[in-house]
Amino acid sequence: MPTARRRTILTLVMGCCALLWAAGPALAAEIAPTKFTTANGITVLVLEQHFLPIVEIHALIKAGSAQDPPEKAGLANLVASLLDEGTTTRTSKQLAEQIDFIGGTLEAKASEDFTTASIRVLKKDVDLGFTLLADMLQRPAFHKQEFDRIRTQLLGEMASDNDDPGHIAMKAFNQLVFHGHPYRWPVNGTEETISKISLADVQTFYGREYSPSHVILTIVGDVTLDQAAALVQAHFGSWKKIASTARSQKKPLPVERKTVQLIEKDLTQSTIVIGHGGLSRAHPDFYSVTVMNYILGAGGFSSRLMDSIRDKQGLAYGIMSHFDARLMPGSFWVNLQTKTETTNQAIAGVLAEIKSIRDQPVSDQELAEAKSFLVGSFPLRFDSTAKLAQVLAQVEFYGLGFEYFTQYPKWIDRVTKEDVQRVAKQYLDPQRYALVVVGNLAKAKVKR
Amino acid sequence: MMPLFLLIAASSLLFAFASPAAATETREFILSNGMKVLLVEVPKAPVATVQVWYKVGSRNEVMGRAGLSHMLEHMMFKGTVKYPKGTFSRLIRKNGGIDNAFTSQDFTAYFENLAADRVELALEMEADRMQGLILDMKELTTEREVVKEERRLRTEDDPQGALVEALFAQAYLSHPYHWPVIGWFNDLDAMTLDDLQRHYDTYYSPNNATLIVVGDIKADSLLPAIKQLFEPIPRGPEPKPIATMEPEQKGERRFLLKRDAQVAFVMMGYRVPNFTSEDSYALDILDSILSHGKSSRLYQSLVYEQKSALAVGAEYSLLQTDPGLFYFYALVSPNQKPELVEEALNREIKRLQADPPTELELQRAKNQVEASHVFEQDSNFRRAMLLGQAESVSAGWRKIDQFVERIRAVTAKDIQRVARQYLTEDNRTVGTLIPVPPKQPDAPFSAAQQGRP
Repeated sequence: MPTARRRTILTLVMGCCALLWAAGPALAAEIAPTKFTTANGITVLVLEQHFLPIVEIHALIKAGSAQDPPEKAGLANLVASLLDEGTTTRTSKQLAEQIDFIGGTLEAKASEDFTTASIRVLKKDVDLGFTLLADMLQRPAFHKQEFDRIRTQLLGEMASDNDDPGHIAMKAFNQLVFHGHPYRWPVNGTEETISKISLADVQTFYGREYSPSHVILTIVGDVTLDQAAALVQAHFGSWKKIASTARSQKKPLPVERKTVQLIEKDLTQSTIVIGHGGLSRAHPDFYSVTVMNYILGAGGFSSRLMDSIRDKQGLAYGIMSHFDARLMPGSFWVNLQTKTETTNQAIAGVLAEIKSIRDQPVSDQELAEAKSFLVGSFPLRFDSTAKLAQVLAQVEFYGLGFEYFTQYPKWIDRVTKEDVQRVAKQYLDPQRYALVVVGNLAKAKVKR
Repeated sequence: MMPLFLLIAASSLLFAFASPAAATETREFILSNGMKVLLVEVPKAPVATVQVWYKVGSRNEVMGRAGLSHMLEHMMFKGTVKYPKGTFSRLIRKNGGIDNAFTSQDFTAYFENLAADRVELALEMEADRMQGLILDMKELTTEREVVKEERRLRTEDDPQGALVEALFAQAYLSHPYHWPVIGWFNDLDAMTLDDLQRHYDTYYSPNNATLIVVGDIKADSLLPAIKQLFEPIPRGPEPKPIATMEPEQKGERRFLLKRDAQVAFVMMGYRVPNFTSEDSYALDILDSILSHGKSSRLYQSLVYEQKSALAVGAEYSLLQTDPGLFYFYALVSPNQKPELVEEALNREIKRLQADPPTELELQRAKNQVEASHVFEQDSNFRRAMLLGQAESVSAGWRKIDQFVERIRAVTAKDIQRVARQYLTEDNRTVGTLIPVPPKQPDAPFSAAQQGRP
């Protein structure tokens, strides 16, 4: 049944926002996990939640596509994709049958900075949940036939992704903004790079990166701390520690001048992405940037971009601005789709708003409303056991400290109008940016 | 990978069953003007969702005005005397909440997710716009363009979205499920303020609505506030029942959709009954056996073994007002033939018709239903959605409690029987998306810098 949603599509389609994670509920002050480290080096976070008989077991492995060798982009993702495709004790099908039989869910995927593997089960199945996750992480088989199959599958998905103009545009945008940096490739690589990956590459990557000391294991749900600790020891206690590898701290270079890339595709809309570099998650300006970006284009129907481009001019269904703050500085971008004929009008409208928030201070009302949303909606960010586990793991990964949960309102609240204008000037540039347009170029006549 | 199906699944609530074992109970109240109120106390976190569901969707539209319900949904954010244009979302956001709305074939719903102590603000504004909406020509003119952009995004420029639309248009000849929720371009252009006003006056009344609040609330203390806000709204007309029923299908329908695309896509839709039929429970389990998880039959056969599909699935929602479609889809692997993928889907259907599923498969499907019922309760929003959908399609929320029991009673023989009865060649519509090479760009721009499409 096709459902036309007025605005939820914004979060579905453009879901990666400046705030690392999406909205959802839990009392901020109550989020106080217990943290400990196992003898073999696993960082363990446990948060008891006894409202429903559910347990979420979430492993974050500190290796993502940023650790891919440049000519083999997609390696981290290929390794992640093979975790549930067979272990030394279970075939791919047996793994699937076991998790499906208890009605659980299992997911493994890579992102730029890390890989996650998570399992959600009913309380009664918690031991099986640990068994399966531990098996996948410690004893993946990497069978040749599964490797070939998954690689072919990924190549097929890449072809299919090229039916999505938004995907094409972001792929091109990242290559312009992160030139020379590992962040430039899609997490799953490209047709060219994943064709170069061998089974030996997968095994080497796994052997180097999948070590207990690279893992943050988060357990949230209807389990006691003692039970969780015992389960961790029983299932992960014998995992052999290996020497840690040094991480590249290379930062992406800035976009030096306006760079335009036009991609022809026979469509009725132009898909537009405009932006440049951003900042890292741990940067002290992150909170000022969050407030500024909310006012500019992340604030849903309260944002300036939405008001101007959608509500006043009727040029787009959705428009949003993003700061993707990562371990290394990420990127800033605005994306939208508009009918081919209004491409230039929409681009000009976006640039005008970027310029305006740099040139004049925001109003007191805008500042107050942005802050009250960000602070007031904070408890809405953890509305499921799964999201809570994910957020806890990332707070630990980015080194934010668990005072994050109590201090966040304070950090937002102290942002001033001057801060907003300062970070707008520092982190937004209406002259030196990358612009990507995917669409009917002959009709769009994009001004270069 | 396929936002299209996320979207469909989001509204079909396939396995979202609350059971008698629910952690907290649903409490029902009927106001003097006929509005139904459902309240669920969930004290685990200080947040709540407020949802107002109207029994109106694209099935309440007529030929020539497809998309009217969805357009009205957009216009519901354009203001009242008390809360002028732009105020609604701003006030909710200022209070730390998120608001939005969605329209389907059978219903239109509005929601606010926010801190539990702000629930009354959302209630007050929903009560206000249930009666005082201002429909303005200038706003309609702009919003029409926004909706047309939405249509371009979802259908014109999305090959799979276009196939879904065509499948429904072929499977339903006279019933309004024939047209898309978002409407056709020409109908959007033809829509007038009068059309919208009539739709609003006919359907947006308390006796055609269900109000649901799930979260950290106390039903007894919230109810007086709800009565105070909503009871003064007069009862509206009883909307006329939709008389159109789809004639029985007699013979397979097939179509091709040719357009610029990278990979082929196959869909097969079978006309099946909804919750009013006992067969719906067996169909639900059948769906699970075929398509839930990597151990499911379709995944194992088409994706894992034959590698002919990149993704495959089946979808069935028994919570539809009128009988809907049980449909299959497969994203065809590059260099594979869609005909062979269709044959493979048919082989899996025939297998079930020839032999009942194993006890292990049946138990797995039932376990999946039970587990997902518990997982559903993890989110106030999804829980409220399930209640709202059950009410809006006229199943009634109490029916949900019976679902799990009925599902438990399904036998392997039942599954074989419904597979034989409904998944037949004469009862299906098959659509195939055939990728064709892109049109050459016009001469002046052929020299433009081009990336890989």
